[in-house]
Amino acid sequence: MTSLFEEVAVTTDDNVAVTRVNVRVNGERRAADVEPRLLLAHLLRNGFRLTGTHTGCDTTNCGACTVLLDGQPVKSCTVFAVQANNHDVTTVEGLATASELHPIQEGFKDEHGLQCGFCTPGMMLSAKALLDENPDPTEDEVRWALSGNLCRCTGYQNIVKAVLWAAQKMRGDAPPQIEEEGN
Amino acid sequence: MTLDEIKIGGLGASRRRVEDNRFIRGTGNYVDDVVLPGMLYMEILRSPLAHAKITSIDTSAAYAIPGVRMVMTGEMMAARNLAWMPTLSYDTQAVLATDKVRFQGQEVCAVIADDPYIARDGVEAIVVKYEPLPPVVNPEQALAPGAPLIRDDKVNQHDNVVFDWEVGDRDGTDQAFANADLISEIDMHYPRSHPSPIETCGSIADYDRATSKLTVYMTSQAPHIIRAAVSLVAEIPEHMIRIIAPDLGGGFGNKVPVYPGYVASILASILLERPVKWIEDKTSNLISTGFGRDVYLKGQMALRNDGKILAVRMHTDSDHGAFFSDAQPSKFKIGLMHSAFACYDIPSAHLTARGIYTNKAPGGVAYRCSFRVTEAMFFQERMVQAAADELGMDQAEFRRVNLVRDDDFPHRTPFGFLTDSGQYEKCLNMGLEAIGYEDFLAQKEEAKQRGRLLGIGISTMTEPLGAGNSREYDILGIKMFDSAELRVHMTGKAILRTGAKSQGQGHETTWAQIVAHELGIPAEDIVVEEGDTDTAPFGMGTYASRSTPVAGAAVSMVSRKIRAKARKIAAHLLEVSDEDIEWELGRFYVRGAQDRGVTIQECAMAAYSNVPDGMEPGLENNAYYDPPNLTWPFACYIATVEVDPETGVWDVLRVVAVDDCGVRINPMIVEGQIMGGLTEAYAMANMQFITFDEAGNCVGSNYMDYLLPTAWETPGFELHEVVTPCPHHPIGAKGIGECATVGGPAAFVNAVMDALKGTGVRNIDMPLLPDRVYEALQTGQNISGAPPVRTDG
Repeated sequence: MTSLFEEVAVTTDDNVAVTRVNVRVNGERRAADVEPRLLLAHLLRNGFRLTGTHTGCDTTNCGACTVLLDGQPVKSCTVFAVQANNHDVTTVEGLATASELHPIQEGFKDEHGLQCGFCTPGMMLSAKALLDENPDPTEDEVRWALSGNLCRCTGYQNIVKAVLWAAQKMRGDAPPQIEEEGN
Repeated sequence: MTLDEIKIGGLGASRRRVEDNRFIRGTGNYVDDVVLPGMLYMEILRSPLAHAKITSIDTSAAYAIPGVRMVMTGEMMAARNLAWMPTLSYDTQAVLATDKVRFQGQEVCAVIADDPYIARDGVEAIVVKYEPLPPVVNPEQALAPGAPLIRDDKVNQHDNVVFDWEVGDRDGTDQAFANADLISEIDMHYPRSHPSPIETCGSIADYDRATSKLTVYMTSQAPHIIRAAVSLVAEIPEHMIRIIAPDLGGGFGNKVPVYPGYVASILASILLERPVKWIEDKTSNLISTGFGRDVYLKGQMALRNDGKILAVRMHTDSDHGAFFSDAQPSKFKIGLMHSAFACYDIPSAHLTARGIYTNKAPGGVAYRCSFRVTEAMFFQERMVQAAADELGMDQAEFRRVNLVRDDDFPHRTPFGFLTDSGQYEKCLNMGLEAIGYEDFLAQKEEAKQRGRLLGIGISTMTEPLGAGNSREYDILGIKMFDSAELRVHMTGKAILRTGAKSQGQGHETTWAQIVAHELGIPAEDIVVEEGDTDTAPFGMGTYASRSTPVAGAAVSMVSRKIRAKARKIAAHLLEVSDEDIEWELGRFYVRGAQDRGVTIQECAMAAYSNVPDGMEPGLENNAYYDPPNLTWPFACYIATVEVDPETGVWDVLRVVAVDDCGVRINPMIVEGQIMGGLTEAYAMANMQFITFDEAGNCVGSNYMDYLLPTAWETPGFELHEVVTPCPHHPIGAKGIGECATVGGPAAFVNAVMDALKGTGVRNIDMPLLPDRVYEALQTGQNISGAPPVRTDG
């Protein structure tokens, strides 16, 4: 992105009072004029077209919409966009660089930590928040850290393995080998 | 040089998933991610009452809100003959209510606006006046004399019975019961539950006046069925309808039926000539779309003292809600309930089934299930445990006495299905050994001396997956075959399309593996596409674990057609006759001269550049596969638990699963399916149910009240495998997706009931919530029915 500052209108009605929101999303400065009631999840999805943040339950239960706000996991379906003003937001689109996946992303793929993929972005961001604080978690610590993120497909066992895989790789001790099985 | 099949991602390779590349980057394409130019947003106003007459609807305040484009009412729909639509089971369902509302959450109005917030404002501004009617919230009330008639819209409907149906040998069963040493009886309720994929249902209808073409992006597990249904309902020619099911955030049966929201969004797009997006919120999804289960059982088993089961009697009352809108094969009103006891050698059985309307959302969808087999196998395995207990027989030994033996296939099941393969006792023994059965029994006895309650539960079952052969299986008359189309490009790369629709099962990965197995083209050279009815061949979609048994078989068969043509091309290139050509993976060669050969890729190039005289150029084909029989995977699930007598809380100690789903295409994905299924099984047994209060209010309408297990509660799983290839499937595979959800719940419940053995409690209906277990322990009584509206008083 060449422009450091852009405007996105997220309301169509001229009579509705709007508020300017400045956020740094995945390291880039973005801005939008929004209704005060606009949810952060909708600003990211509809305003900024970052559709990797999914909305599942609208009630802070499922965690599909989890993003990092100043590094802390929040459920963006129950954060107002205006609350993110002057804060840093990390979404799933900010995990990988152009050339390299984040170890958590690699781990989820290698350990078959996802099926339908809908909960995956939120799950990975909760995992990132955990590993940023605790680089060597136990299985129980991983399960507890992810207990705000629901998955209906996997039964969690492979998700836990994926996070432990990533932790190991991020620590740099004995990097796990991806099995060569018809990749 | 022979190709290594695992290296090219063929059969048996735990190939990492292709679709993950977009999902882990957040670049999947789910319905709500699709944005079309000029798109409007629709929100639905739902009934707050379970049963009420609509006396007036005032939409003027909604229209006054800037940005509201249209408010649709039942009256508007009725003017276009769209107020009611046919269901997939020969019933009708209201799109938008006209006369009265029949369940809480029923669709009453739809508001279309410039953005979803304004649409919601519009919904809030509509004023509907209702005249409440007495609600009917369970089958007992529905069948009581003088019960309010729920479906007074239907001409010949004089009571609340949807159907009365029976199957089996009534006389033979009666006779066996007359000769029995012991009759074991048990009544149960399989509670109402919701498949609840994390992604809700939604659609974007886009009607183009210029071309008369309707394109609908939709959360559908069966887009071709939807195309047919839309064509019938909206009277739009089928070739002018394009249904696109993009990535689905889970389905589990919830995304099979046709929902009123889809139809309303379509009409809105036609009227406004703009794309209209409708995305449900979670509460709407939980209170109005396809529930599963909600079946009451009266079960009886005729037994001989030596443990032999002589006959089984079952009666089921199923609560369908206000509309019979789940898809069932048209011949089988209570789905495949009569697949119960298929793994046991039982001379006769008889089932009577009654479907009942209530003032609840339409239910009975196959929630990770082949048409009621989940209820069938749960009832079966609970009846088996109760019978073993009454005979005073060890539950494993009781199963051993009655399981069908390996040399007894094909075997006619007590209700008339034909099973064809399995090694049941081997699976059972493997499970018992893995869990350390004898040791656990000793440990349990020892713990009992110290006041601790340990229990072990077994569930063994074979179930019919992959509906199905066209003699018996159809939905609305459409036979349940499936299809695949394969185009091999000149450089030997290929595109495969099928009539199935993945919603997490990983078809993009596994279908390519089948092609790799059949043709030797590396899996990474094959792209798989599904879900677009303009490009995919006609198929019945993905549910009931039918993808591998049916569409997967079609992938094999179309690959073999390609190989047959390539063989002729190879003969031409090698200048020998067809009969002198031999095949090895990825390559044809001249018999007796193995070094003289051509690869499949060379044949592909020749198909576009050097075909023999008279041969049609190109290398593509399609296959429609009508399976000769269902596939019959077998599973043995064993759970051990400890129940805390002070609180009623029970903890899972271990879970062992032995699955025989025949040949495994991708073992990693198969294991993922099993673990996901076991989690749903645990959820059903432990916490997950949707119930209603006396007024018909749904009291599981969000994830705070409808409990799904998290990573914290979910136990770990130990998986084992036995492989008995399916004798009729081209690659010997059987269905697997639902096995653990179907067979798993009984293992957990049997384990808790085993822990309570000797207390006088024979049954606690699911879910085994701590208060229910505690109450049972305190009173020594069974706990039955759906809380809080309990049928036992």
